[in-house]
Amino acid sequence: MERETRPAVVVGAGPAGLCAAIELKRAGAPVLLLDENSKPGGQLFKQIHKFFGSQEHRAGVRGFEIGKDLLRESLDLGIDVRLDTEVVGLDPNLNVWAVEARKRSYTLEASRVILATGATENAVPFPGWTLPGVMTAGCAQTLINVHRVLPGRRVLVVGSGNVGVIVAYQLLQAGAEVAAVIEAAPALGGYGVHTAKVRRAGVPMLVRTTIVRAEGSEGVERAVLAEVDGKFKPVPGTERTLEVDAICLAVGLTPSIELAALAGCRTFFVPELGGHMPLHDEFMRSSVPAVYVVGDIAGVEEASTAMEEGRLAGIHAAHSMGYLDREEMERRTADTRRRLRALRQGVFGEKRFVAKERVLAEKEKECP
Amino acid sequence: MTDAPELSAVNRVTRHAVLGDLEAAREVRIWFEGRPLSAREGEPILSALVAAGVGVLRHTKKGSPRRMFCGIGRCTDCVMTVDGVPGVRTCVTAVRDGMRVERQAGVGRWAREEERDGA
Amino acid sequence: MPVNPDSPDLDERTLKTLGAPSLAELKAAGVVPSREEMAARPCVCVECIEEIPCNPCETSCPQGALTVGQPITNLPVLDRDKCTACGLCIPACPGLAVVIKSLEGNLAKIRFPWEYLPGPAKGEEVEMVDRLGNPVCPGTVVSVINPARNNRTAVVTAEFPAEHVDEVISMRRKTWP
Repeated sequence: MERETRPAVVVGAGPAGLCAAIELKRAGAPVLLLDENSKPGGQLFKQIHKFFGSQEHRAGVRGFEIGKDLLRESLDLGIDVRLDTEVVGLDPNLNVWAVEARKRSYTLEASRVILATGATENAVPFPGWTLPGVMTAGCAQTLINVHRVLPGRRVLVVGSGNVGVIVAYQLLQAGAEVAAVIEAAPALGGYGVHTAKVRRAGVPMLVRTTIVRAEGSEGVERAVLAEVDGKFKPVPGTERTLEVDAICLAVGLTPSIELAALAGCRTFFVPELGGHMPLHDEFMRSSVPAVYVVGDIAGVEEASTAMEEGRLAGIHAAHSMGYLDREEMERRTADTRRRLRALRQGVFGEKRFVAKERVLAEKEKECP
Repeated sequence: MTDAPELSAVNRVTRHAVLGDLEAAREVRIWFEGRPLSAREGEPILSALVAAGVGVLRHTKKGSPRRMFCGIGRCTDCVMTVDGVPGVRTCVTAVRDGMRVERQAGVGRWAREEERDGA
Repeated sequence: MPVNPDSPDLDERTLKTLGAPSLAELKAAGVVPSREEMAARPCVCVECIEEIPCNPCETSCPQGALTVGQPITNLPVLDRDKCTACGLCIPACPGLAVVIKSLEGNLAKIRFPWEYLPGPAKGEEVEMVDRLGNPVCPGTVVSVINPARNNRTAVVTAEFPAEHVDEVISMRRKTWP
């Protein structure tokens, strides 16, 4: 088979994109890694807790350390990483339109495109939600862990999934007080070990509770909470007020699928994975065969699963470009798939596994 | 303008059990609404302003205050007028020595060429 | 579910409503040592009762006393006869869910993970807290260790009155002066 000389273009240098580029380069395939930020790593550098999983998933290692290792590896391999480069367009013929430093615009002809564009945090509107002091959990996490500034002294966290609970812990570590973590559902969402470590630090966790409004003149001064009924409607007379100067919203993420949509990738609605996402097969190929989707764009999960999906796509793309024979591709992806399967088990992971199976089946049905 | 009191970095997380002590960084001086403040080289404007305790970054056309929301360049909540150019996302724009950062009302206004300073 | 469905204490489950497991919930999961066991030797308590994909406790144990096996979502199983209470599993647990408790006369001793500043110092008087963060009793810090292999998770040892051994899980956070 003749080897493809046009590069594989990876969009997004977070955990998924970095791993895809690393696998491509390792196989000897030409690869370009583009990222709109001035530093690679995506959201890995704001993850300062020890990761779960097993040794082969880097369990026990903190997110930012995994980020540093991936950067070192990509540097050692000599991967062409173009930072401050926004990809603003992509067509079904794989012309990639990039803007460098918000000044220079150019197009690239790619042989494969791997979209690792991540996800966007959801907003939840309530009276006062535009007040200074209301921000996403990820915003607070970036400020405290990457830039080392505290965005509030006494914080309310809305949402008890792992993101909310981890950010509550990290706010405490940065020296803030956390007034409460609230959850509208009847049960807390995050891992019990995460909620337990925040709870024993004295942070109240309130289920069946919602935020009714934020109050303040030039910024958040108070949050008014209320209990909710079975239909998530506030129960009159249950309001209570917390004095806070910041409110962090941890109410889920939505895959950032804009470029996939431009390329013509078929999408599918999967609520368990964050909403609309591109269909993909077991090698992360979208309905446009030369376009792969990896990481949160292909369903919101975790950095550990994002890295494995990136590897899966990188290995397969290298094979399809003629740089790995089928046997070697299958050997390498078998390991990756086994590691992925291990992460999608148990009371939390099984749900995502089942949702992913549905995505694969739909892809098979819609575009075999 | 140079007489305006300097804003101090009241919200800096200098010590951290996991991340360690904040490493020294070259100091960059920027101006917020005419007041000087010192920032860390390489950091975004937003973090320098949050460190200095700035609560309001802009007002909407109707006068409602805004600060920040996503912090990673997606939402445009934190846009300000930087060196005469309005609508700059301060969360993904690094500080530069002498940079002038101002609150804008609504979508802001482009400064005339002669008003711009080093832009 | 990890909790024994035959347990009479099911109404007392609090992990998913208050954020921390109740003693009844932990007992039903079989992770609470008896007072006799704690008087006989230091007892590792792995308060991990949800099936999450994680096994660093198993790989950190030089004695092979902690088993997760396959799949890695299994709950850890502790073999007390193999455990030497070396404490390596305390900083290894990404969930900070492992402590070691023992009883000696009127005093209880706990070793627990700590990732906050300011950290406690040897000899310092601190306030011990329960799983909900409520203050329980005063305690005295016996030692604080944080070697490089802990990767910035310190391990604090503190002593406190023996009668509180079941409730106490950690100490109250300190603030900068």
